[in-house]
Amino acid sequence: MRILTNLLMVVLIAVAIFALIVLPWPALLAIVVLLALWMAFTRGGRQAWSVTKVGVATIPLRLGSSSVIVIGIAGVVGVLVALLAMAEGFRQTLQQTGGTDTAIIMRGGATAELSSGISRDDAVLVQQLPGILKDAEGKPIASPELVVVANIPKKGTNTDANVEIRGVGEQAFALRPNVKVVSGRAFSPGLRELIVGKGALAQFSGLEPGSTINLGNQQWTITGVFESGDAHESELWGDVETVSATYRRQGYQSVTVRLTSPEALDELKAGIASDPRLKVDAKTTLDYYSAQSENLTKVIRVMGIVIGVIMGIGAIFGALNTMYAAVATRAREIATLRAIGFRGLPVVVSVLLETMLLAIAGGVLGAAVAWLIFNNYTVSTLGANFSQVVFAFKVSSALVWSGLKWALAIGFIGGLFPALRAARLPVTAALREL
Amino acid sequence: MKYFHLVWAALFRRKTRTIFTLLSVLAAFLLFGMLDAVRAAFNAPPSAAGVSRLVVSSRISIIQPLPASLEPRIRAIPGVKDVAYANWFGGYYQEPKNQNLMFQVAVSPTYLDTYPELQLPPEQRKAFEETRTGAVIGEAAAKALGIKIGDKIPIKGSIFTNKASGDTTWTFDVVGIFKAGEEKQRGLENQLLFRWDYFDEGRTFGNGTIGWYITRVEDPNESERIAAAIDALSANSDHETKTQTEQAFNLAFVKQLADIGLIVGAIMAAVFFTLILLTGNTMAQAVRERIPELAVLKTIGFSSRSVLGLVLAEAVLLIVLGGVLGLLLAQVLLPAVNAGSGGRMNFPPIGASTWGLGLVLMIAIGLVVGFLPALRGMRLSIVDALAGR
Repeated sequence: MRILTNLLMVVLIAVAIFALIVLPWPALLAIVVLLALWMAFTRGGRQAWSVTKVGVATIPLRLGSSSVIVIGIAGVVGVLVALLAMAEGFRQTLQQTGGTDTAIIMRGGATAELSSGISRDDAVLVQQLPGILKDAEGKPIASPELVVVANIPKKGTNTDANVEIRGVGEQAFALRPNVKVVSGRAFSPGLRELIVGKGALAQFSGLEPGSTINLGNQQWTITGVFESGDAHESELWGDVETVSATYRRQGYQSVTVRLTSPEALDELKAGIASDPRLKVDAKTTLDYYSAQSENLTKVIRVMGIVIGVIMGIGAIFGALNTMYAAVATRAREIATLRAIGFRGLPVVVSVLLETMLLAIAGGVLGAAVAWLIFNNYTVSTLGANFSQVVFAFKVSSALVWSGLKWALAIGFIGGLFPALRAARLPVTAALREL
Repeated sequence: MKYFHLVWAALFRRKTRTIFTLLSVLAAFLLFGMLDAVRAAFNAPPSAAGVSRLVVSSRISIIQPLPASLEPRIRAIPGVKDVAYANWFGGYYQEPKNQNLMFQVAVSPTYLDTYPELQLPPEQRKAFEETRTGAVIGEAAAKALGIKIGDKIPIKGSIFTNKASGDTTWTFDVVGIFKAGEEKQRGLENQLLFRWDYFDEGRTFGNGTIGWYITRVEDPNESERIAAAIDALSANSDHETKTQTEQAFNLAFVKQLADIGLIVGAIMAAVFFTLILLTGNTMAQAVRERIPELAVLKTIGFSSRSVLGLVLAEAVLLIVLGGVLGLLLAQVLLPAVNAGSGGRMNFPPIGASTWGLGLVLMIAIGLVVGFLPALRGMRLSIVDALAGR
């Protein structure tokens, strides 16, 4: 019998956690409403409601031990939400950089611009392919580009970091309309001038407009700051021909083009395939940048979940301890209730509800702390081009919601066993207990 | 020590509560052990051989090549024992997702001399020197990718076009498998080393240039002087160099990835803060319900100070017990994680420094959580406590 009930509990927990994971929030809200209706309109429900009221009212008397549940769960949710927000921020930054209406053309097999190469002749051929949008003057909207990496000290640590310098063609701004120069002016083609992304300006030192940096033993002037809201903000932009001359490069690395429509990619690919001179691949920039975020995002997410599970197990034991103690101190009161005719179910529900209330409080606290400290917290890491990508943590509402789900799950497991203990208390023994 | 029985009995007075608390402590220190391994994996610990190595790379940026002509000039600097050079290849075997399982580096004949911790059997070393298309591979990478000695492996490169094949595929003959001397350097086994002369002759551009130099110095204490001398060779030229110790080079690289120390530190702070609250609550409960017993102890002659000591000892014992179990579990789990990841992850085993730091933390946390309850036990007045007031 004992084994059977325990087995039942395990199944119940599994079902509850599974439901928490799969059910969307309206379904969970419906469960809450059903619970409220049960409490309002049935005898057992009203009993559960009054027992819960007593339990919740006595929380201030057990402030120390109750705060174990709240703080314990806040810790789990805070760490989990912060780590997932880091993964989310990185993913968003890179994904926003790409779109389905622009395509990047690189040498076949290249996974990043840094390892690609396209000769000048090929770059000219590529721009004449079908599927590429043309501007009012009939010129294709395409930008042959070259990425080089410069050592620039990072603010705070003052160690050298790899910063991406992107040489862009004259159509680069028509190609990426989200890039706007917000202070100073754009670089002039042919001159050794650069504009700096907002993210790079904030993370690395010596990039203020008007200052000069040393690239390839030549002095380059920063003329302005640009904003794009994506990964390009981690870069410095200059004229591709000048960058190429400075680094003595024969060709470009990639050509990014604007497509006439997202479907035109197939047209472009067919054009590439039909020209035997071209050994290049085209893919949408969305694919290109999404692939770059995949690995790191996965690593951070897995790390966050593993840490969350281990911390969560610790928090469950903390909650169990607290609620067993709470049930023990209220043993006489619960036994009295049972003696005057309260059923077992209301007692179970009330202890469970009390734990989950504390858990929700912990979850909200943890998510709030994560949001306050980490939302828009800016960091940088090495990206696919062997250079720094600046991104900000994004504490989204979806992440907060999943953090709350974790809190609920921990509260449910931590409250269920003490609740059952409360319902099973032998009435006579508990009444006699001092 | 003679009171150990008493402390032990007090600890397990309420079995369920103690076990739950122990499990919480265990979870916290399991996390501590694993996160410290992550931190250690990123801060590749300085090896005995690594201290005497200097990395010479371009001052402009790591991707900027250096001329091969620097080699004899570096070798001529007094105090330099050995010079080797290498080029990054950047490719993959079979599938792009294998990229991080095996890095490919074109190396000079002296490269393996500068890495004495890479152990290659002498006959395989000889074969490597005699086979122009030869390559040696780390044991971890060989296992992960199923490569054996004698295999001909095509590597799809992404930077360098091969004159012979006309595209970026290069084929190498695997002639040896090397091992990293120490467990904590397993990361070095995720490499394929092949011959620089074969590579330089085959590539269509960049011929005669080098990615970076590795210099071994006679005396690590002279590293600074030698680094300055190497950088002076190319000062004011168009290929200025930056020479730093291998450790500084690695650290700078890790710092670019992320501030791992900060992330790990923040997580551990959250974990330990929660832990202190949780075990503090357990200890407070344990002392509260034992007030009459403590009063009896005092009555039969225990001094206030020994009551304080008993409660503190109980708290420390609780944390140390859970903590040691947690670290042991981490020690067992980490190799399992390494094995399960199929070579993708190489966490170093938990070392003496982690154990040392862990034990200090356990004792410190034990003292912190035990302090207030112990004070309460010390200060209680026998008459009031026995009367249940």
